[in-house]
Amino acid sequence: MRIKQLSVFLENKTGRINEVAKILGKHGFNMHAFSMAETPDFGILRLIVSDADRAVEVLREENFAVMLTDVVCISCSNEAGALSSILEHLAEKEVFIEYMYAFAEGDKANVVIRANDIDRCVEVLQQCGCNIFDSL
Amino acid sequence: MIWNPNKECMSRDEMHSLQSKRLQKLVTYVYHNVPFYRNKMQAMDVAPEDINSIDDIVKLPFTTKQDLRDNYPYGLQAAPASEIIRVHASSGTTGNPTIVGYTRKDLAVWSEVMTRCLTAYGITRDDTFSVSYGYGLFTGGLGAHYGVENLGATVIPTSTGNTEKHIRLIRDLKTTGIACTPSYALYLAETLDKMGLTKDDISLRVGAFGAEPWTENMRHEIEERLGLKGYNLYGLSEIMGPGVSYECSEQNGSHICEDHFYPEIINPDTLEQLPYGEQGELVFTTLTKEGMPLLRYRTKDLCSLMDGECACGRTSVRMGRIVGRSDDMLIIRGINVFPSQVESVILEMQEFEPQYMLVVDRVNNLDTLQVQVEVRRNFFSDDIGSMLAMKKALGDKLKSVLSIGVDVRLMEPGSIERSQGKGKHVIDNRKLK
Ligand SMILES: [Zn+2]
Repeated sequence: MRIKQLSVFLENKTGRINEVAKILGKHGFNMHAFSMAETPDFGILRLIVSDADRAVEVLREENFAVMLTDVVCISCSNEAGALSSILEHLAEKEVFIEYMYAFAEGDKANVVIRANDIDRCVEVLQQCGCNIFDSL
Repeated sequence: MIWNPNKECMSRDEMHSLQSKRLQKLVTYVYHNVPFYRNKMQAMDVAPEDINSIDDIVKLPFTTKQDLRDNYPYGLQAAPASEIIRVHASSGTTGNPTIVGYTRKDLAVWSEVMTRCLTAYGITRDDTFSVSYGYGLFTGGLGAHYGVENLGATVIPTSTGNTEKHIRLIRDLKTTGIACTPSYALYLAETLDKMGLTKDDISLRVGAFGAEPWTENMRHEIEERLGLKGYNLYGLSEIMGPGVSYECSEQNGSHICEDHFYPEIINPDTLEQLPYGEQGELVFTTLTKEGMPLLRYRTKDLCSLMDGECACGRTSVRMGRIVGRSDDMLIIRGINVFPSQVESVILEMQEFEPQYMLVVDRVNNLDTLQVQVEVRRNFFSDDIGSMLAMKKALGDKLKSVLSIGVDVRLMEPGSIERSQGKGKHVIDNRKLK
């Protein structure tokens, strides 16, 4: 139910994201989702790729500061109000969301959630009948 | 105007013989009172009798900032403690500050040379003069202060801080002269703007600027915005404080009070004395100092010396603008900053690799210091908040150690260039011309 997300520390420098993408591509990793959190001088690139454990090794070999973070990925219908009802459930059960990112495709929307308590987050999502990915 | 024409306009022959006499006396004095110098001279097989003229100065040992630190606090003091009536200290690296003790006569000499500077700038007893260097252990405040008093002008001891109040005083007391760092002068100009005032609301006429490197462009800007004429004021606490040299109305180099501070330019690598006109490291010998006299003190300031009579009538040797430092000490907003200080703070924090880079720049005429550090892999966190907290913790520590604000940049591990041998840790983008 948990999915391993790669977090990569990056300086705000042109071409840095592309570096990561190139390395991953060269080693045959497929990127399923990513987002970039940034401050004026550095950013954290968060990615979900095929075979996260090996991807960490590859990026470490290339000197990146990388870590794995557990996240939950869900799929909900791509319609008004769908996400809001899920978030309401989580809030009700006091699951705090640190960040999330999403992408919609046709009639489905996929959402990546990083919560303070992942187990509880999964539990709540299951209770409300959410479609949780085992992998992307 | 010339405060002391006897000394400032002395013929070169007379100056040579005065300096020779004073050097002989000085060498005998330190030889008998400072074991550090006696040992050094004995090791070099030089005795006081070998010094017969100022030209023999090349036989004497050099003194470095490190020697001052090694002999902390009073190891280089020549006068007995009962004769010392004041102590100043300059910022050091992580180790000891430099302690300088002054006798009553030293302070009188300091006031005298400072008065020569002020007079050269056109200050008289009719002026009201604001001393806006920091008062305290730093020599700037008190050094300038006693010069103004000695001259007989009215001194306003504003020190630094509370700039709006300071500007109100300048306006209301019709202050005509000010001594401060050039960057503070620009800050005053900005504050003046912010208060909705202009140079026409104040009566400043003369600015004595020093304690940090500055440019001709800064001079023009300060002069334009504050409506005054800006003069260079040079000094260093190891030798005395402000008053070692000063610009005259010609503004073609700074006249050195060489009856008290004998200047040389040396090649910092070979330590050989260089002729007038050549650029090298500035070295001073305190010809008349009693408290902590120094032989051939290496200032690490790079400049050249000019001889020849100046159009102002003074005959003393002039020093050109400081073009740089022979070691890596940085002067940022008038504060001495050593890369080693930054290093020791970074080494204390396990979140960072022991790699760093200081990037110094000048933005809107204010010096800025950026410290780039690499985050250790295992301290990297997916949580932006904790990364920012790490950055702030380092920034706070650096500020308390360096006394200036620092812009910390978190860098990727391995991104800072590793240098061979002696680390290159500084990029100084300030263009000083
Ligand atoms: Zn002159």
